[in-house]
Amino acid sequence: MLYRETGQFKTSYVKDMQIFPIRQDRIGIALLLAVAFVGVPLLAHFHVWPFRSEYLLRAILLPFLILSLAAIGVNILIGYCGQISLGSGAFMGIGAYMAYKFGTGMPEIGLPPLPVLASILLGGISAAIVGILFGIPSLRIKGLYLAVATLAAQFFFDWVFLRVKWFTNYAPSGSVSAPDLVFFGWLVDSPIEKYLLALMFVTVIALIAKNLARGSIGRQWMAIRDMDIAAELMGIRPFYAKLSAFAVSSFIVGIAGALWAFVYLGAWEPLAFSIDRSLQLLFMVIIGGLGTILGSFLGAGFILLVPIFLNLVPSELGVPLSTETISHLEFIIFGSLICFLLIKEPHGFARLWSLAKEKLRLWPFPY
Amino acid sequence: MSLLGPFIEVLIGGLLAGVLYSLVALGFVLIFKASGVFNFAQGAMVLVAGLALVRSLDFLAARGAPVWAAIALGLVFAALVMAVCAFAIEKWVLRPLLNQDGLTLFMATIGATFVLEGLAQMVFGSDVYPLRLFPTDVWIVLDGVFPGGILINKLDVWGGLIAGALVGGLAIFFQKTKTGRALRAVADDHAAAQSVGIPISWIWFVVWLVAGLVALVAATVWGTKLGVQFSITFLALKALPVLIIGGFTSVPGAIVGGLIVGAGEKIAEIYLGSHIGGGIEYWFAYVLALAVLLVRPQGLFGEKIIERI
Repeated sequence: MLYRETGQFKTSYVKDMQIFPIRQDRIGIALLLAVAFVGVPLLAHFHVWPFRSEYLLRAILLPFLILSLAAIGVNILIGYCGQISLGSGAFMGIGAYMAYKFGTGMPEIGLPPLPVLASILLGGISAAIVGILFGIPSLRIKGLYLAVATLAAQFFFDWVFLRVKWFTNYAPSGSVSAPDLVFFGWLVDSPIEKYLLALMFVTVIALIAKNLARGSIGRQWMAIRDMDIAAELMGIRPFYAKLSAFAVSSFIVGIAGALWAFVYLGAWEPLAFSIDRSLQLLFMVIIGGLGTILGSFLGAGFILLVPIFLNLVPSELGVPLSTETISHLEFIIFGSLICFLLIKEPHGFARLWSLAKEKLRLWPFPY
Repeated sequence: MSLLGPFIEVLIGGLLAGVLYSLVALGFVLIFKASGVFNFAQGAMVLVAGLALVRSLDFLAARGAPVWAAIALGLVFAALVMAVCAFAIEKWVLRPLLNQDGLTLFMATIGATFVLEGLAQMVFGSDVYPLRLFPTDVWIVLDGVFPGGILINKLDVWGGLIAGALVGGLAIFFQKTKTGRALRAVADDHAAAQSVGIPISWIWFVVWLVAGLVALVAATVWGTKLGVQFSITFLALKALPVLIIGGFTSVPGAIVGGLIVGAGEKIAEIYLGSHIGGGIEYWFAYVLALAVLLVRPQGLFGEKIIERI
């Protein structure tokens, strides 16, 4: 009854092509953004339930936003363009470390420390450049072979950030800490401000990604994904389509890496961007839904919430599990869920959502 | 002369270490040949086999069983565990995904990896368990020729012998037995094999079982070298570049690729690593594989990849 597009006539091409063609969707998105931008910070400011402590904001919402951003990047490469990558963690690392280098200046080439916003964006651009380099093999090889090639990127950069001291400004411990987060004179240090900062990045980039994906370039990516030879015969240049997917994906993942390091971690070590992170991002994308922006959010939320759920629920029920058991249970749940979803619902949670929308359109008279 | 001695020592050490990578890579090749599945779970299977073996050994030893009986029973138990794994993966992961594309199957095996790792550690424990099946002391050979001689780890030699025996055994199995021939038929063409009456799900079970047994063998050697522990799964990831270099479909390729990676990374570590910071063993194999991919995507021994529309 509520979710019905009857009577919403599209009288121009612009209206027909708009990003959310159904009015209820537009209202829903507007409400969501209002809650995220105004509601949550207000509640958190006045410490109203569920924001009594900063835990929810700092330990759940902030990583959720940043990992969603990374998942959007990974989704562009894997979900839209069909190029599997096991090196997303490394690209997050490149974004983080290059942003750090730009943010603290490079005296070797006479570069002064840049403002934080510029260094985060430059971190993303550096990741994009490296992404293009490691994307070049994708022109010759595909599928599993490409997975190993991206694995090479992962292990190579793990080593680079550990051993090449230039990236860590010769810090003896190998751990580095981010510069102060100052944006045009606005010092971001409280959890609410950090949340708002991450939210702005996520909103802007998610909108850009959504528009890219439904535009000409996104259609090219999907054509390459569905059948590259056919796409080539139709006049799509695989060189341009594949490398642009690598560039855009690495840029977004790099930005997410810079935010993860600067905003969420504050101080970090190379381990923060290991292969575990890559696999985690891959899982988010598969579970959430390959080839949807919404799926990136759903997947990131799910992957983050399961460990917390496992921590809280058994102890509430009076059977507390040891941390070891919890981490093993996590493994089992993620693994079996991946298999289950690949078999039963290859399009992930996002597909469930769109099925629900289909049903809602007819509800309560499904005929 | 004084440089040649250490070089040969490094080379032999590297080659024999490479045999260990080959052992894991063999399991990948078997499954890839028979079902076209790129099995990310092979490393996890090594872990499962190793944990099952070492925990049952500990269990039996604690109850005072004689050593030979404990080892025999432990091996049987581990083999049974691998059979259960093979059955479960075939039934719940592969069969429902029949005729899906390679990428989907690959991601499904990543899922299976996590399940196996989680279950194995939950059931068998997640510490480092030492395994002592083979001697680990060293031989010193040729000390008349080179000053100080050349050190060779006995375990590595054992690993080499076992790998040789395994390849021989697998070759006989594939060429001479009825099941082996059926396996090769399935590898060539699923549908054609099915239409002449080869039961495909049984064949897949057999293949995963054989791969599981290869994983068990790999686990005995790896476990003796490093102790059975979680990080074995990461070392097993090195089998991926080995496969790229050797070719996905070739058993000899897995062996040669392993030797190249083993020797290459040790030599690179000693002669190149000292100049650029050390620890390059960590990525050398992958970058080597990347180079091979750009020049020869099918690997040294693999079948040429032909695109059909």
